[in-house]
Amino acid sequence: MSTLFARFTEAKKILLLLLILAALLVMFFIPTFLSKYSVYLLTVILFTALLATSLNISLGYGGMLPLHQAVFFGVGAYAAALLLNKSPLPPWLSFLAAPLVAAGVALVIGTVCVRLRGLYFGMMTLAMGQLVWAIVYRWYEFTGGDDGIHGIAVPQVLRSIPAAYYTALIVFSVCLLIIYIILNSPFGIALQAVRDNHQRCESIGINIRHHQLIAFVLAGFFSGVAGVLFVILERSVSPSLLFWTKSAELLIMVLLGGMFTFLGPTFGAAVIIVLGVFLGVITEYWLLVLGTVLVLLILFLPQGVLGFVKEKISSSAPERKGVDKYAQG
Amino acid sequence: MDFSAILSQFPDLYTLAGQFFVGMSRAMILFVVAAGLTVVMGVLRIVNFTHGTFYMLGAFIAFSVAQWLGGSSGFWLALLIAPLIVAALSFVVESTLMRRIYDQPRLMQLLLTYALVLAFNDLIKIVWGVHYKSMANPIPGSISLGGATLPSYNLILLAAGPLVALGLWFFMSRTMMGKLCRATATDREMVDALGINSKQVFASVFVLGCYLAGLGGTLIAPTTNIVIGMGMGIIINAILVVVVGGLGNVWGALVVSFIFGIGESFGVLFAPRFALVFPFLIAATLLMIRPSGLMKSVW
Repeated sequence: MSTLFARFTEAKKILLLLLILAALLVMFFIPTFLSKYSVYLLTVILFTALLATSLNISLGYGGMLPLHQAVFFGVGAYAAALLLNKSPLPPWLSFLAAPLVAAGVALVIGTVCVRLRGLYFGMMTLAMGQLVWAIVYRWYEFTGGDDGIHGIAVPQVLRSIPAAYYTALIVFSVCLLIIYIILNSPFGIALQAVRDNHQRCESIGINIRHHQLIAFVLAGFFSGVAGVLFVILERSVSPSLLFWTKSAELLIMVLLGGMFTFLGPTFGAAVIIVLGVFLGVITEYWLLVLGTVLVLLILFLPQGVLGFVKEKISSSAPERKGVDKYAQG
Repeated sequence: MDFSAILSQFPDLYTLAGQFFVGMSRAMILFVVAAGLTVVMGVLRIVNFTHGTFYMLGAFIAFSVAQWLGGSSGFWLALLIAPLIVAALSFVVESTLMRRIYDQPRLMQLLLTYALVLAFNDLIKIVWGVHYKSMANPIPGSISLGGATLPSYNLILLAAGPLVALGLWFFMSRTMMGKLCRATATDREMVDALGINSKQVFASVFVLGCYLAGLGGTLIAPTTNIVIGMGMGIIINAILVVVVGGLGNVWGALVVSFIFGIGESFGVLFAPRFALVFPFLIAATLLMIRPSGLMKSVW
């Protein structure tokens, strides 16, 4: 753990650990005092936060422009659904295999995409992603087409909202810890260096495409994990999980939270989902409100809410340098 | 192999010709929309998701104009007025929002235009309601073309594509304004240094692009249900046409629209349910072969 939090001072480290433990403790007891719907909502927030964080691996830390991350979420969900319903595999193996399928798809798409830069990278992810969506949307025999798959054979133990919540909570915590470790490993540091300066990294012998591809596949894997959590909670899947607007929503969450902060995407996901629920009760036109808020945010707070807070707290803000460089590229 | 079995599955020539013209009509709509987008992306260098929304607005406004005027002449006036209204709206959007983000990172531009898509979707819901609209066909009946029967209205669509291409070519290469647009696309600072207001050039290009989006929406209005979200589908295809054709290259957009149209219409014959897949497959393949687009990009 000492290397893990190397960036913090001793006191800050303890404070941070205590905060995390306290948060987990509160999260653990939540189903005992909150309503069923709130617990359901929290589960949605948890897997969406994992999804947004996985997007941030390639977007914020890898400096790529993955415009279609939701595809890997959808592939993970569909893989879990199909494995549970149609394969003789035991359920726990299906749950493990589904993120690997998502990672496999990410490997194929990533191999093609990392040859390209900037906008062309984004366009390629968009084209390939929509290709996967179109196949899922129309392949009635296998994926159920636009009807999706309903009544997925999730094991009986997981078929309650608290069970889905605890699964999501544990998986979310473990995955975020793993992502944190990866991003602060030598690989993660090199990845951020690639984001900040292509040429210099190339000249000191870092294989840029290699690093970006690994980051892309990792992002795909964790998106797939989020997809599995979705299946456990909802027990149904539909092609809209893979449509490009879903990816745009994710980009909004990451942007809102701040894409150069580790917990920014989690924060952004929580805000957007809670906002959607509460505004959805008040007005039918909550997307109009969201759109307006976003426009204001982009015009006046482009570094995101957590990024803004972070900037105010630490005057040095070493990561911002990379941001400006990336922003121009 | 049993060739006769394969041959018997092969559609006859008339079906092929019919599919060809239907595919071409769709390709022309896509081209009109993509041509506007390629001009905007070429000169302003922003990826504009709102373009699809202006297309959708074109269709809704055309519906209202035609309904307001009534009769069969309604559509023709809508064809004239609706794209102009869309253009006026786009001018407001450009001068209040778009011009603030030209220097922002690309992701911010993408998200701003997407935020506008969300907002406009709801605004359209407020103005026109949630139910789909449909318009009367201004030229009912069908004609025979190369042995294939085709709705007469498709002739308008088939003519619209080449007309827009020629118009844009004339504008870009023969008029002062077009030359300014190309100059601004190449070197904005130099244009500013020569005492030309590049902001005005940007605004005009944006309005021109959105006019074409509105025109595309008006043209498709009589042939389809006008629904909220119709912009979401076409915008991805249009963006891919623009990128694959070479950003800012109108001829590239024309060629790729053709390829998409042919791919889709013949895809329908061989794998009916997967026609939707073909444009993306084509785009991904072409991008793999030529990552910076088929034709010369201005970027």
